[in-house]
Amino acid sequence: MRGVTWAAAAVTVLAATATACGGGGASDTSAVLSSSWGDPQNPLEPANTNEVQGGKVLSMIFRGLKEYDPKTGEAKDMLAERIESDDSQNYTVTVKDGWTFSNGEKVTARSFVDAWNYGALLDNKQKNAYFFEYIDGYDKVHPSSGNPTAKTLSGLTVKDDRTFTVKLTQKFSTWPETLGYAAYAPLPRSFFDDHDAWLDKPVGNGPYTIDSYAKGSEMRLRKWEDYPGPDKARNGGVDLKVYTDNNTAYTDLQSGNLDLADDIPAAQLKNAPKDLGERYINQPAGILQTLAFPYYDKNWGAGKEKLRIGLSRAIDREQITRQIFQKTRTPATDWTSPVLGKDGGYKSGLCGDACDYDPAAAKKLIKEGGGLPGGKVTLTSNVDTGSHREWMDAVCNSINNALGNERACTVDPVGTFADYRNRITGHRMTGPFRAGWQMDYPLIQNFLQPLYYTNASSNDGKWSNKDFDRLVNEANAETDTGRAVSTFQDGEKILAEQMPAIPLWYQNGSAGYSERLSDVTLNPFSVPVYEQIKVS
Amino acid sequence: MGRYVLRRLLQMVPVFIGTTFLIFFMVYALGDPVAALFGDRAPDPATAARIRRELYLDRPLWTQYLHYMGQIFQGNFGTAFNGQPVLDLMAEAWPVTLRLTLVAIVIELIFGITLGVIGGLRRGRATDTGVLFLTLVVISVPTFVTGYLLQYLFGVEWGLIRPSVSPAAPLNELLLPGAVLALVSLAYVTRLTRTSIAENVRADYVRTAVAKGLPRHRVITRHLLRNSLIPVITFIGTDIGALMGGAIVTERIFNIHGVGYQLYQGILRNNSPTVVGFVTVLVIVFLLANLLVDLLYAVLDPRIRYA
Repeated sequence: MRGVTWAAAAVTVLAATATACGGGGASDTSAVLSSSWGDPQNPLEPANTNEVQGGKVLSMIFRGLKEYDPKTGEAKDMLAERIESDDSQNYTVTVKDGWTFSNGEKVTARSFVDAWNYGALLDNKQKNAYFFEYIDGYDKVHPSSGNPTAKTLSGLTVKDDRTFTVKLTQKFSTWPETLGYAAYAPLPRSFFDDHDAWLDKPVGNGPYTIDSYAKGSEMRLRKWEDYPGPDKARNGGVDLKVYTDNNTAYTDLQSGNLDLADDIPAAQLKNAPKDLGERYINQPAGILQTLAFPYYDKNWGAGKEKLRIGLSRAIDREQITRQIFQKTRTPATDWTSPVLGKDGGYKSGLCGDACDYDPAAAKKLIKEGGGLPGGKVTLTSNVDTGSHREWMDAVCNSINNALGNERACTVDPVGTFADYRNRITGHRMTGPFRAGWQMDYPLIQNFLQPLYYTNASSNDGKWSNKDFDRLVNEANAETDTGRAVSTFQDGEKILAEQMPAIPLWYQNGSAGYSERLSDVTLNPFSVPVYEQIKVS
Repeated sequence: MGRYVLRRLLQMVPVFIGTTFLIFFMVYALGDPVAALFGDRAPDPATAARIRRELYLDRPLWTQYLHYMGQIFQGNFGTAFNGQPVLDLMAEAWPVTLRLTLVAIVIELIFGITLGVIGGLRRGRATDTGVLFLTLVVISVPTFVTGYLLQYLFGVEWGLIRPSVSPAAPLNELLLPGAVLALVSLAYVTRLTRTSIAENVRADYVRTAVAKGLPRHRVITRHLLRNSLIPVITFIGTDIGALMGGAIVTERIFNIHGVGYQLYQGILRNNSPTVVGFVTVLVIVFLLANLLVDLLYAVLDPRIRYA
């Protein structure tokens, strides 16, 4: 679930507050609601969907081994009867009996193994293929260059109808908890036998089935009456309508033509609480914005900790989130997200003083750190979405005020996201740059390892620290979840000392709904929990 | 006449090639579309390389262009990144935009010419000043302002219409978007007609017609209007292309899934097949509309002949 640019447009909420109910009538289990949608960027294959719009559909038509609790983010067994391991590396998965796809086909161990093999194979060009990188044999089916030398992952073995084993390349104790992500969904045979037909009208095993799908304009999903799972739909169905402009969706919501808009346009954030009252929700999502440093640049790299921490302390997060984002961002005090919850690894204030705004201390630290290189610092980000230009200007102001120098900080706005990505991968950053992260799954591991582990896939600043790497390895090998989490947090404390990336704010999600609806919540992935919505 | 048309059609070929190359080049210059497909994560190099090869993005620009043009002449406009053939997208989008443009042009013609004739015939009087002032206001307000304003008033405040147009986009739902799209051009049509009428009303042939004792409405419609419409027709001809391209704003506001929507989506995602395909068709429409206008001159004014 990647791409803060799209995701920023695709706001989230983990809403526990959706108790408000307008209308007052009893809920009608056959009533259909309408919801705003965006055209999915990729074909609707589970392992190929990395943005929120496709994610909406997948969350309705698929159920995986695990499912994340919409309120706590905890991974709970759904299709899995048990997932066992003695050594945190070899797992035996048993699938529950009685599950079928909506076309009647039984969900078996093979449904999973085939789907995962498909997702991992390079020939299928699945954008979430990296999800399977911990499974043994991934380097054969998905080599970093050249053609695959195997068609299937050697780490996956089907034992019988309901059992399969998974061999990982390393110890990874929290691996079962990653299995709630849509990329791990089971697939029916029709997906492989008649792929085009399946894409025109995907078939899954979730509480809804697709009634009709007009690409680019509308998808109608209806309740699957024979759905075997515990989370049956409480409404008759959902019509997803494609909007190009979220302002129009908001206008439609106001005029009663739309029931649920899960993306309130920035321009309307001020009015939304007034227009919608209790029907407006705004809460932290699994998205963190940071300013990463180019560790490969000697001006910002090794030995410049004080400089990096000094900059962090020069940013008045409180004021910027209030004035620019209308409190739809929350100042960050660690490198994870509140959606993880305390047990999941979120620890408010872990960053300590290093994330506290204190202009005097900032000035002192920067001076001790050798001062800004050349007396200047330039912030870089793409500015095509997400009000990036506005907050960067504000951050610069904050830094300039702290240093008492009007010209210390400047902004380098990059026109398109694609161009920005190219500059990052080309290591052409010469100062702090925006690094947004939307989690793949609600685990503390996902907020740390891909971003700060040596040479990890999204370690854009190329920061590297032996102690941090060691702690991550230890945490992954830890069989007890509680101890694993606390070891990850020990690693996070190294981040607070080294400051490879300045935590800025947790991104919130906003959504609004009509008076007909009640029990509207959003899950940790920015997707409304459609099956729980009641329509009156 | 036939030779003239043929010559004009042949002239379109270099224009066509030049514009497509320019568009192709500009979309290419926007950056690497594959990197953007992966969101904030650094793209997995192996997967990205596969996608590039499949989309022909790993070749030099000129080979990409030749490959693309070769495909176009076989009637294949390529595939959008979400796996849909661009031709399918066109089949969905063009009828919608065509309907919207038609609604806009009809509104433009009816109201623009009527107001223009009224203004031109009563030059200098209160009605004329009123019309001039109104058009000035309309010209100076940007489309997105009138769009959002009318949408809010009609859709939310008064509840007369649905603020967004349904995917099928039937004509009655397109009335308001069409009016919004037409407004600025309508003002121009009014002003052009008014000036033209005001000039021609003193022409000899009009005096002759009046002297022959023809009824007033016949003088106006058969003699005065027919000759006065030439600049208006020129304007509307070029406006067809502008309306279709300009629909990008109106279509966004009213959530109409036409050409503007596809172009917007395509630009946002650096989706070159979609953008180049749609703009290419836009170019052709523009060229044909211009040819049509030139031919219409001969119909309106018998003195004009093409050889």
